[in-house]
Amino acid sequence: MQQVTRILLLLIISVVYAGCGNGEERETEATRDEAPELTEFELEHGIGPVTERLDIGDLDVERARRGADIFDRRCTACHRMDRRFVGPPVGDVTEVRSHEFIINFILNPEEMTNRHPVGQELLQDYMTIMPYQNVSKEQAIEIVDFLRYYAETGEDLRD
Amino acid sequence: MAQKTTIWKITSLLLGLGLLAMIMYGCPSQTGMLDTGDAAQRVYVAPGEYDEYYAFFSGGYSGQMSVWGLPSARMLRNIPVFSQDPESGYGYSEETKPLLMTSYGFIPWDDSHHPDFSHTDGMPDGRWIFINANNTPRVARIDLTTFETVETLELPNTGGNHASTFVTENTEYILGATRFSIPYEMDKDVPIDTYKENFDGSLSFIAVDPETGEMSMDFQIIMPPYHYDLGRAGKGPSADWAFFTTYNTEQAHTLLEINASEFDKDYVVAVNWRKAQEYVREGRAQSVPANYFHNLKDKNTGIASSTVHDEVLLLDPKDAPDMIYFLPTPKSPHGVDIDPTGEYIVAGGKLATVIPVHSFSRMLEAIENEAFEEVINGIPVLEYDATIIGEVENPGLGPLHTEFDGDGNAYTSVYISSEIVKWSLETFEVLDRIDAYYSIGHLMITGGDTPNPDRKYLVGLTKTARDRFLPTGPKQLHPAQLYDISGDRMELLLDFPTIGEPHYAQAILADKIRPNVKQIYDLDENQHPHAVKRPRDARVERDGDVVRVYMTNIRSHFTPDNIEGIRVGDTVYFHLTNIEQDWDMVHGFAIKGANSGEVLIAPGETKTIVWHPQRTGIYPFYCTAFCSALHQEMQGYVRVSPAGSDVPLTWRTGDE
Repeated sequence: MQQVTRILLLLIISVVYAGCGNGEERETEATRDEAPELTEFELEHGIGPVTERLDIGDLDVERARRGADIFDRRCTACHRMDRRFVGPPVGDVTEVRSHEFIINFILNPEEMTNRHPVGQELLQDYMTIMPYQNVSKEQAIEIVDFLRYYAETGEDLRD
Repeated sequence: MAQKTTIWKITSLLLGLGLLAMIMYGCPSQTGMLDTGDAAQRVYVAPGEYDEYYAFFSGGYSGQMSVWGLPSARMLRNIPVFSQDPESGYGYSEETKPLLMTSYGFIPWDDSHHPDFSHTDGMPDGRWIFINANNTPRVARIDLTTFETVETLELPNTGGNHASTFVTENTEYILGATRFSIPYEMDKDVPIDTYKENFDGSLSFIAVDPETGEMSMDFQIIMPPYHYDLGRAGKGPSADWAFFTTYNTEQAHTLLEINASEFDKDYVVAVNWRKAQEYVREGRAQSVPANYFHNLKDKNTGIASSTVHDEVLLLDPKDAPDMIYFLPTPKSPHGVDIDPTGEYIVAGGKLATVIPVHSFSRMLEAIENEAFEEVINGIPVLEYDATIIGEVENPGLGPLHTEFDGDGNAYTSVYISSEIVKWSLETFEVLDRIDAYYSIGHLMITGGDTPNPDRKYLVGLTKTARDRFLPTGPKQLHPAQLYDISGDRMELLLDFPTIGEPHYAQAILADKIRPNVKQIYDLDENQHPHAVKRPRDARVERDGDVVRVYMTNIRSHFTPDNIEGIRVGDTVYFHLTNIEQDWDMVHGFAIKGANSGEVLIAPGETKTIVWHPQRTGIYPFYCTAFCSALHQEMQGYVRVSPAGSDVPLTWRTGDE
C-alpha cells in the first residue's frame, strides 16, 4: 500500500513538473532542411515569379525599342551582345534559353545563381552574381523582345 | 534500510516543497524569480523580429541623432545632422556640404539637443523629425522615408538655440529661442557689462509647409535679456500657446553659477502664438536686418543648396498686447512640460524644493481678471497664486523634466539625487521613485509628450556611466536606462551605452514609419546634373583645370576604372552614380591622398567628392564598402602627370 502511495505521489509530481515546459515545442533542425529539388519547369525555365509558360506573342518592335532603353540603363554595366564582358554575351541568349528562363533570371538573379544548375555553372565561369536591378516583369519582357530582335535581325536597337 | 528510508523521506520532502511552491507561485520559468528577474525576456527581440518602437536620441555634442529599436535598445542608425560624418561622407560630399553652411561660413560641428516629430492632431505622424543646434543656432529636418537630413535653417540674432525644436499640435510651428541673451541687433559691438541696456532675448517661430515640410523663419519676438531655456507647445485647450522657461532673470553676464541663482523665482513664458501670428499678418511686426542661411536638399537632384536671407520679422510685445505673459516659477526652472490634457504646465525648478504645477485654465482666468504683479517690457507678470494649482513636495534634488503616462501620472527626472520620481496629477503626491545611473537629464516615455501616451516604456538619459559597464578610460559613453512603467512600480529593464550625449529623445510606433521607408533611390528619377544613368555615358571631361569624372558603380567595378591625363594642380570632381537598384547595396569611393574624405553612395544616388592631386604618380581608388565576393577587385587607377603635361585625357574599363 505504502509502495502504491509512493508511486502515485511520484507520478503526480512528475506530471506537474513536466507541465513546466517551454509552452511550445522548439523548432527543430527539420526546418533547416535542404531546399526542395527543382521541378522540371524550373530546370527548363528558371526559378522565379514566372512559374508557367508565358505567351509573350510575336516580336513587337515598339516593345523591343523600350527594351533597348532599359537594357542600356540596367544591363550594360556588365553585358555585351557578342562577347564576354563582366557577364556572358547575350546576343544569342533568346535562342539558347526560353523567354521564361531569361525573365526569371532578370527578376530573381540571386536564387537563380544559388540554386539553379545553369546559374551555378555561370558563377563558376564568371565569378560574380548578377545584381537585382529592380526591373519589372513588363520591362523584362521588353528586354526579351530587344534581344529577340537582335538575334533575328542582327540590328542593335540602341544604335 | 533505515538509511534508505531517510533518503526517501528527504527526497519526498524536497519534491513536496517544490510542488507546494509551484502550486502557490506557478512554474519557475514563467514568473519573475526576483524583482526584474525576467527583464531579459521583456527586452528580448528574437533574431529577425522587429522592435515595437523607433526611438530617436539626440547626439548632443556629436551633433547627430541616433536611432534605436525599443525595447531591445539595438542601435539602428546614426543620422548625421549638424556634424560632418566621415562614415557616410555627409558634410564631405559636394551634395551635402551646403547643409552645414551658415552666415558664419561652413560649420563642421554643432550640439544637437531636442528632437521632435512632425505632428498631426498632436500625435507624431512619422513624416519628419526635427532637431536643433544649440551653438550656431539652427534647426534641421530629417526625412523619415530615407533617415537623411534634408534641410537646415539658421536662426538669426539668436544666442544658443536650446528651447527647440518643440513642435505645435499640427506642425504649424517649430519653436526656437535665445538661451544666451546677446544684443538682438545684428553684429552689435558693445561692452559686455552693458548687458542690461544692450542685450536681448528672442523667441523664434519657424513655420513648416504642411505638404513639403519646408521650414521658414516666420517671425521672432523680442524679449527681456533673460535666458530662455526650454520650450513646449500646448495641447488640446492650450494648443494655440507655446511655453518657455527662463533663468537668469537676474540679468547676470559673469559667474552665472552664482549671479543667475539669486532670485527665488524666474518665469515660465506663455505665448499665444496664434495671436502673435495674427499680429504679424496684420503688419504689426517690423522687418529688421538679419543674415541667415536656409539650406535645402533638392528631392530630384539630391543636391543641397543655400539661400541667404537678410531680414526677419520682429514682433515687440509692447506693440502686441494680450499675447504674452510671465508666470513666476521657482527657481531657475529647466523643463516646461504640458500634460496630455493640455491643462497642467509642469516646470522643473532645478534649484527648487518643490515641482510647481501651473493650471492653464487658471492662467486664462488670471489674464481675464488682470491678476498682474507688474508689467515688464509690455509683458504682464501674473500672480503666482493665481496660476499655480499644485506643488509636488519632496521631489528629490534638482527636478528637470516631466513626461506623462496618460493615466494621471507624471514622471520627473531629478538630476542631483539621480532618480525618477512618479507623482499624481490629482493629489500632487509622490507615488514611486527609482534610481537612475547616474545623474539623469531628460527622460522620455513612449508617447509621453503627446495627448495619448503609451504607458509602456520610459527611457532615462543619464550623464555619467561611472561603474555601469566595462571601463573605457577617463571618457566613457553616456548611458541610458529602459524602464517598464506599465505597472504601479517602475522597473529597470536595461542599461545601455549611447552615442554622443543624448539630451532628449522621441519614440514612435514602428508601424508609423516602417511602411514608408525607401529601399532604393529610383535611378530613373535621379535628376542630378552629373548623374550617369547609362554606363555608356561614363566619361571624363576637362574644362581648364577642372576635370569631371562621370563614373558608375555596380558590383564589382567602376566605369571607367583607368584614367590618365590628370595633372598636378587640377581640381578633380568624381561624380559617382551607384547604378544598383537593390536594397542596401551601397558602394563607397576613396582615392589615395584625398583631403576630402570618402563618400558612400546609396543605390540610385549620385554623390560627388572633390580631389586636388598635388604630386605626380599612380593613385589607386577603390570601393570602401564590402559589396560583393569580388569587392577586393572593385578598384581602379588614376595617373597624375606634371602640370602642363601633354598626356592626353583617356579613360577605359576593360578593353573599352
